[in-house]
Amino acid sequence: MSNILYGVFLAPFKDMAGSPAFLAEVLIGGIFAGLLYSLVALGFVLIFKASGVFNFAQGVMVLFAALTLVGLMERGVPVPAALLLTAAVMLALAFVIERVVLRPLVNQPYIILFMATIGLNFFLEGFGEMLWGANVKKLDVGIPDRSFIVAGVQINQLELFAAVTAAILVAVLAVFFQRTRIGRALRAVADDHEAALSIGIPLKTIWVIVWAVAGGVALVAGIMWGAKSGVQFSLSLIALKALPVLILGGFTSIPGAVVGGLIVGVGEKLGEVYWGPLVGGAIENWFAYVVALAFLLVRPQGLFGEKIIERV
Amino acid sequence: MIYREAGQFKMTYASDQAIFPIVQDRWLVAIGIVAAFVVPPLVANEYWLQAVLIPFLVYALAAIGLNLLTGYAGQLSLGTGGFMAVGGYAAFKLTMAFPWLDIIVVFLLSGVIAAGVGLVFGIPSLRIKGFYLAVATLAAQFFLVWLFNKVPWFVNYASSGTITAPNRAVAGLMVTGPNATAQTRYVVALALVAVFALVAKNLVRGRVGRSWMAIRDRDIAAEIIGVRPLQTKLLAFGISSFYCGVAGAELVFLYLGSAETLAFDITLSFLVLFMVIIGGLGSVLGSFLGAGFIVLVPIFLTNVPHLIGLPLPVALQKQMELMVFGGLIIFFLIVEPLGLARLWQITKEKLRLWPFPH
Amino acid sequence: MRSRTILIGVLAAALLAGPMLATGWAQPKEVFIPLLVYRTGAYAPSGIPIANGFVDYFTLLNERDGGINGVKVTWEECETQYDTKQGVECYERLKGKGPTGAVLVNPYSTGITYQLIPKAAVDKVVIFSMGYGMTAAADGRWFPWVFSFPTTYWSQASAVVKYIGQQEGGLDKLKGKKIVHIFHNSPYGKEANPTLETLARQLGFELTLLAVDHPGQEQKSTWLQIRRINPDWIFMSGWGVMNQVAVKEAAAIGFKMDHFIGNWWSANDSDVVAAGDGAKGYKGATFHAPGTGFKVHQELVKNVYDKGKGAGKKEDMGAPLYNRGIVNAMLAAEGIRTAMTKYGNKALTGEQVRWGFENLNLTEQRLDQIGMKGFTHPIKVTCEDHEGNGPVLIQQWDGKKWNIVSDWITPMRDVVRPAIEAAAVQEGQKLSYTKRDCSKEK
Repeated sequence: MSNILYGVFLAPFKDMAGSPAFLAEVLIGGIFAGLLYSLVALGFVLIFKASGVFNFAQGVMVLFAALTLVGLMERGVPVPAALLLTAAVMLALAFVIERVVLRPLVNQPYIILFMATIGLNFFLEGFGEMLWGANVKKLDVGIPDRSFIVAGVQINQLELFAAVTAAILVAVLAVFFQRTRIGRALRAVADDHEAALSIGIPLKTIWVIVWAVAGGVALVAGIMWGAKSGVQFSLSLIALKALPVLILGGFTSIPGAVVGGLIVGVGEKLGEVYWGPLVGGAIENWFAYVVALAFLLVRPQGLFGEKIIERV
Repeated sequence: MIYREAGQFKMTYASDQAIFPIVQDRWLVAIGIVAAFVVPPLVANEYWLQAVLIPFLVYALAAIGLNLLTGYAGQLSLGTGGFMAVGGYAAFKLTMAFPWLDIIVVFLLSGVIAAGVGLVFGIPSLRIKGFYLAVATLAAQFFLVWLFNKVPWFVNYASSGTITAPNRAVAGLMVTGPNATAQTRYVVALALVAVFALVAKNLVRGRVGRSWMAIRDRDIAAEIIGVRPLQTKLLAFGISSFYCGVAGAELVFLYLGSAETLAFDITLSFLVLFMVIIGGLGSVLGSFLGAGFIVLVPIFLTNVPHLIGLPLPVALQKQMELMVFGGLIIFFLIVEPLGLARLWQITKEKLRLWPFPH
Repeated sequence: MRSRTILIGVLAAALLAGPMLATGWAQPKEVFIPLLVYRTGAYAPSGIPIANGFVDYFTLLNERDGGINGVKVTWEECETQYDTKQGVECYERLKGKGPTGAVLVNPYSTGITYQLIPKAAVDKVVIFSMGYGMTAAADGRWFPWVFSFPTTYWSQASAVVKYIGQQEGGLDKLKGKKIVHIFHNSPYGKEANPTLETLARQLGFELTLLAVDHPGQEQKSTWLQIRRINPDWIFMSGWGVMNQVAVKEAAAIGFKMDHFIGNWWSANDSDVVAAGDGAKGYKGATFHAPGTGFKVHQELVKNVYDKGKGAGKKEDMGAPLYNRGIVNAMLAAEGIRTAMTKYGNKALTGEQVRWGFENLNLTEQRLDQIGMKGFTHPIKVTCEDHEGNGPVLIQQWDGKKWNIVSDWITPMRDVVRPAIEAAAVQEGQKLSYTKRDCSKEK
């Protein structure tokens, strides 16, 4: 018994104190991974904020965007043009989704909209693969995947680059939502879309914009994750890694997605490296959810989610 | 004309509160059940039974379970796969430890064990709601699957890491294991589903069901009028997990024959949720319709190119199948957001008037 | 309301039409093989080359020789997406096709293999799980219908340890060395663990087992632990995206790539392309050569690709998994050919093919005749031994292609075989099988 207690409560901390450089490496690894999770979670937050839809298809949108980009590049389209074209495709996709899926389902219960995005998920899965094939495609972002060492701590260039990109993107989005006209309109829609309609905010346009922005975020996430693993079908599965981030941060908060990502990223790395060996490892997946669950029990709306006001 | 309730008078409260108040419905259901027991075992070949009908019944049972929790009690759960895994592994451990125990009893016991696990993972529902709860139940899903994968005790230390359904007979007839015929498996699965569907139907129209719906529709109001949220929600988790547990045991013992944890992964949870939503939340019939849709449509789509003599490459065929399937889901939701069960109701309304609609 | 009416009509029609079955066609001189493939989904990068190799070799047999001894090979692909439930559906749909029903099935997934082992024995269909599936089934006395030759995961693990020993200058030099096994956290991934643990005890190397959960896109913590352990060698049993990420992470932390060995499902072209130059030096186990430098490939180009009947692109030939498809098709065809020596050149039944598999003796001359000299190793299957104890090669990625860097390494049969026999008793009893007496087999 005392052995178990020692293993759970003391040994990991002694271990951390014993080798601070390694601890730093674990923390940095967690932060980088966490930022990449928030990148995916952001797509969910944007859409949920503006249209109240829990977009199950976000993971497939990541895949679809990355596939389109790499597919175009493979066919000899220069990189900037391919990026623009992919962005255009994601915009077109947002148009179609608004027109075909969202508009006929206005005012339906949230679970129905959720189910509709599942339909969208199946459709895009088949469509993306039919267009671009199922093989692994290499995606080179021009940053060598090599590490350098600072004060005994190994840092991966590619991950650093991805993390910085994610941070910049979040900052840009935050400014976009806080400072621009469209951003204000968006927040108005999120607060109360009937009131927003009555003061002349075009709901349909806003939805298209939000889905297009989420498509753009998906593209960036697709590039970053695709650089790690090659662009392939499995990219769509990273949505599962974003879900704990999402509930932890709150469905409606952009800063929440970032903070949630960091907590989950660091939490799961610490858990896996220091406590995982006690039970045989590979605990990361559920550990992230348990971390999120622990936070939720204290704040049921997530860290930064809007306070849930209960009325009879 | 045919489907008409004129002239059927309810003389007692009991007859007014019957599960099927209309005579024709009673007949239809009775004939349907008898037909389901008799026709497929005589007519269907092994492919139909083993690859279409048995999975349909197993999923239908799981969908009823989830529908009790999500459709009636309003607690969104994505832990179905995990609870089904509990059922499957519990059934395996039980029947290996007590080979003399009747396999049907084993199924029920593994349902009870799953119910216990469901109760534990239902506790957060007291504080967490909606999608937050859904994602929280994913913790159960991932943890349970990890546990069964990790601890060799659950597979009796088999080097293969999988559980296998052994030969078990009920009244001299082989029900599980490689030597059980598809017909027997089908009848057992059908009997279990029929009984549990009836139980569910009775459950939801009684006090328990009404308190679930009160919690679903407005939990605070329900609390004020005296429904206890703690007991009600946990009961929903427990009973739902019981159904899922039995379905999980059936999945291993009647359908797949052997399973690793991959069979219970997150996609299974989603699949059952799709069935419930497509079929219709808060409808036992809807659970069957939803399971039918999710099981039959892909198989139907797979076979369409063959039927019309258009041999497509398998990859293209699968991709088109996914696209059509996704498109169909969206189409159905737009046409009838309340699910297939609602479509059935509309059909019934029309039948009442048919053939003189005015 | 209108659209609802239409919808109800459509639904009713669909339900009535139902999933109908294409009926089997009866032609006398044919042997039908169902192909469970996965050309879509998360594992398609591995599934496509295998399926192409398979189909191409059968096409070659039909085009060049008019089949196996004049009996045409027919097949039908069925997409499983590597999913157990879809795999079972495929099997049930296809097992009755052809004049004599399916004679053998290649499940191409450990999960599907486990599903089919109890079913196939009842249906009298041979299961040929080449180098995967249930290792215990290599004991043919318990599992007459299952064949896993030329080799199994346990043999592979022992051969890889032997190779590491060779590189270190002898098995005795392994004492105190640190070896890490990274594995996909599934029954498949765990297969090698018991063998490695036994060998670690015997040879005195330090073994660390690191599990990576499915799907394995995020392996930072695994590689952080590797950084800390600083192992001498890494062996990996990976699958799908896990392979690509692992190879990339290994390169990123600057691990010596030539000390990183994947098993034979972790060393295909698709596993290394994502890592680019970083993957240079990465090794993998295999039981056949990579590349297109064999006579069979020239024949394939001449008889299949130049006639426009190739299943894939000509330049994709020679990938390890494409060649594995060829080897698998060839072994299946040779098994059927062996059966024909006893039962005649006609449409055979599953039972007859099973005899052929059990008495397969693929010699060096025979390999030479079919243009595969040096491509794979001769193999002899017996009633007791459905594995054949085939030797293993190590291949290495040079940035453009795979090259063989070792001789044929014979697995440590003395370690593996007793474990297989013990496991066979356990797995066989679970299915209520009895051990048959091989001396009584004709």
